[in-house]
Amino acid sequence: MRIVIASGKGGAGKTTVTACLAGQWAGELLLADADVEAPNLHLLLHPDLEPPEPVFLEVPELAADVCTGCGACRPMCAYGAIAMLGAKPVYFQEMCHGCGGCFAVCPEHALRVARRELGALLLGKVRAGERSVPFLMGRTRVGEAMTPPLLRAQERKLADLLRAHPVDVLMDAPPGVSCPAMTAARGADAVLLVAEPTPFGFYDFKLAHAAFAQLGRPVSVVMNRVGMEGNLACEDELRAWCAGAGLPVLAELPFQREAAEAYACGLPPTEAQGATGREWRQRFAGLAAKLRTFAEGAGHA
Amino acid sequence: MKVAVSSEGPGLDSQVDPRFGRAGGFVIVDMETMQADYVDNGASQAAAQGAGIQTAEKLAGLGVQAVMSGYVGPKAFMALKAAGLDVYQDMENRSVGDAVRCLADGSVSPASAPNK
Repeated sequence: MRIVIASGKGGAGKTTVTACLAGQWAGELLLADADVEAPNLHLLLHPDLEPPEPVFLEVPELAADVCTGCGACRPMCAYGAIAMLGAKPVYFQEMCHGCGGCFAVCPEHALRVARRELGALLLGKVRAGERSVPFLMGRTRVGEAMTPPLLRAQERKLADLLRAHPVDVLMDAPPGVSCPAMTAARGADAVLLVAEPTPFGFYDFKLAHAAFAQLGRPVSVVMNRVGMEGNLACEDELRAWCAGAGLPVLAELPFQREAAEAYACGLPPTEAQGATGREWRQRFAGLAAKLRTFAEGAGHA
Repeated sequence: MKVAVSSEGPGLDSQVDPRFGRAGGFVIVDMETMQADYVDNGASQAAAQGAGIQTAEKLAGLGVQAVMSGYVGPKAFMALKAAGLDVYQDMENRSVGDAVRCLADGSVSPASAPNK
């Protein structure tokens, strides 16, 4: 099964929840960080990473000596990457989504295949006790504006890995509810939304729910930073809203200084020293079990 | 020669719009007759991306030879140069008429690189 951990608002706790779940997950597992614009799961899980594998998008390059300037390609491009400026079209490769439409309509075959680097995929292993858990992350090239094509390449890589060795997947999704988050959530068997009980967090949580519900994936909730002074009214509102919408709240994670201290040291709170670590491991063993039951139940529903 | 000045309003008295691709509109001035026409650019303000390229393409299609604006982005600049237009930047904080007078008396020079 594949669980996608998403949030709407950034900084709600997706990565912390993913990292904590990873340590308590029963059964074989693969971890994926799909927040390719700012991947950070590796900062908490410290995988041994192989060298990055660059990912490219095929884009058109105009052979100006062959082009007759007929302009057939111009209206084909839905992304404004082709403009008629003077006698010949001008191609803006950084705007191209790689659909291939211009290649299909050019009567002179005046386009050559060029490529734009989108970023890279990185494979690795996370050592968790005796276990060695495969780890996959994408990283967008600095300056690249488009993430869905890189996410699709990551998805193909993930499919290859799972074909060779089918295991459960925990995927740390990008924040927001636009193309990157939706692309990541598309392959989910269930979505776990991390909700921050602040006015901003609650607002974005509702946006996220509205967006992911349209994908037809079952959604459950974990509340983070519960018990923070000033947020109590918002917590009640969030619980009531989830109950009204029929969303199960599988766990409430406390706002706790020791958890933040562990995080600041590059460790999930489940790895904190002493009683704190023990409490968080217990908490997440419970959440992992409930999440599995939820995802399995949803699959049969 | 015709010059297009990004403008917040329709006439020579209107203020220069500092934006190029997402300018409200353009006052097109014929430098010989000083006749001014207005072209609305409102549609490009709603474009998610590529507003500068779209706007450059539109102006090139109108037979304009020069553009005056505040800030011109790199893609828009490249598009304007590909179409063979001269680009005058940093023209904000004055009226369209004043901008055109600067061009007429030769006190401004075309840019060789985008300023945004």
